[in-house]
Amino acid sequence: MSVETDPQLLPEDVLAPSPRSQLLHRALSHKGLLIGGFIVGTLILVALFAPLLAPHDPYAQSLAKRLLPPAWEAGGTWDHILGTDQVGRDYLSRLIYGTQVSLIIGFGAASVGLVIGVTLGVCAGYFGGWIDTVVSFVLTAQLALPGLLLAMALVFIIGPSVWVVIGIIGVLHWTYYLVVTRSATQRLKSQDFVAAANAMGASRWQVLRSEILPNVSSQIIVIFTFELGIAILAESSLSFLGVGIQPPIPSWGLMIAEGKQALFFRPSLVLFPGLMLFLLVIGANLLGDGLRDVTSPQGRN
Amino acid sequence: MFRYILQRGALALAVALVVSFATFMLLNFASDPASAIAGEDATQEVVERIRQAYGFDRPVLVRYFEWLGGVAQGNFGESYYWNKAVGQLVLERAPVTITLALSALFVTIVIAIPLGAMAALNPNSWADRFALTFAVSAQAMPNFWLGLLLIILFGVMVPILPISGDSTWQHFVLPAFVLGSSSVPAVMRLTRTGLIEVMESDYIRTARSKGYRGLSLLTRHAMRNALLPVVSVLAVQLGQKFGGSVITESVFAINGLGRLALQSILGSDIPTVQMLIFIFAITFVLMNLLADLLNAALDPRIRIG
Repeated sequence: MSVETDPQLLPEDVLAPSPRSQLLHRALSHKGLLIGGFIVGTLILVALFAPLLAPHDPYAQSLAKRLLPPAWEAGGTWDHILGTDQVGRDYLSRLIYGTQVSLIIGFGAASVGLVIGVTLGVCAGYFGGWIDTVVSFVLTAQLALPGLLLAMALVFIIGPSVWVVIGIIGVLHWTYYLVVTRSATQRLKSQDFVAAANAMGASRWQVLRSEILPNVSSQIIVIFTFELGIAILAESSLSFLGVGIQPPIPSWGLMIAEGKQALFFRPSLVLFPGLMLFLLVIGANLLGDGLRDVTSPQGRN
Repeated sequence: MFRYILQRGALALAVALVVSFATFMLLNFASDPASAIAGEDATQEVVERIRQAYGFDRPVLVRYFEWLGGVAQGNFGESYYWNKAVGQLVLERAPVTITLALSALFVTIVIAIPLGAMAALNPNSWADRFALTFAVSAQAMPNFWLGLLLIILFGVMVPILPISGDSTWQHFVLPAFVLGSSSVPAVMRLTRTGLIEVMESDYIRTARSKGYRGLSLLTRHAMRNALLPVVSVLAVQLGQKFGGSVITESVFAINGLGRLALQSILGSDIPTVQMLIFIFAITFVLMNLLADLLNAALDPRIRIG
């Protein structure tokens, strides 16, 4: 139940806090949102300041220091706190730089998907008719495609690079944006303020840009946060299978694939990058859940 | 009902055609099959000769309809990489993947539905919290990483299950768990919200007043209605399991369609990749069709309204 529709509060209208401070209050008392925001925020800072935080060059190999264990195990040194990989690269530094890879691809792919999905969704919802029919059919077809398999094939054929991975994952992940913006636009279209804008002579483009889009933006942000996690997982799967980010770039999925060669001898090589992935994705999901609860309190459960 | 089936069936067929066309175009524009067959060191002349011999120099539309005509007659083309008919390759590998997908679905049902019911019967209790935390964690878990963790656990610490291969039923336990767990969050949440809604309805109150309590109330009255939407989601999830088999089969070295897909991609074997994408898409479309029809059969409002 939202505060502004509660009749008991109406006489105290003057004293009621502004919508913005209400939103802030709700956000600050939502535990999941705070935890998710903290995790994602911290990892963004880690990515930005990677050169300052990483104790070593993530690409520097050293044959003398191959497969060192973490510092707390027998044979480990504090110079390489999380040990080294098969070619003697400092694992902590690679994990830190891996944050950059995951976040760049996550934000990039989620943005590509946003542009495609929101454009199609708003157009289908606003214009309706045959445009809606065509877009719905494209949606059904897209949902039927085995996304991971197609992404693997296309990335491998076109040639794996960070930009190709961003583009392909983005092009294959827009359905969620479409479904939500389409129904939101259909609902908004019949509202009085849209009719008022039409009556005042606003063009279709103006109505879409200044009446419809601002009112679906909070839902778009929520989906973006979820898609961030989905894209990061997709990239790690591609890289793990060898058809994504290529060596020597420190992608967590690729690091897990490389660490797999020494799975029983040095399981930490598989554990650490997986933990980082798990942490980042859980952070993004908690943040998304929280933003949804806070921006649409009546939509809980 | 007949009309409804016809409509759904026509839509499914149209989707299958569009998907096959789109993948054929994408794969053929993005790749050069002739140089893939010729190998990396081949001269331009050799590549050109292969292009003509295989007919890759003809327009892509002509080749698409040729492919489609072949598929309609049960001829799925030749694999360059395996030197075999694609149809035969698929038939050899399919049973393993079907076994894996069905056992994964079984795992999903066994974990997700009791967990969702437990959460719904005591909303906001520790059980509810546990179920939600489990769902959030399972959603963030990279599938391949979960597989490797289980391999470490069962390969070194408690060696009671085989960790690689597909020769006995025990080999399917861990892969089915990994593949099945990815559907648990969605099915669990749906069971939970469905059951919470049903438990607040009038007919459950009536049943309660007639003295039904506990398990008999749940199984005889509440579950039947709460599980209506779950049944159709399970069908859709089963369709997705085939695409999801790529990762699980690679991690556990299972020789099914998913591993075949990865091997064919790495070998630039476009006909096999094309066919596998088509088969996975068709499976998904058929499962969706099944879900729609199940829904209509179970809920008269859909087929009449």
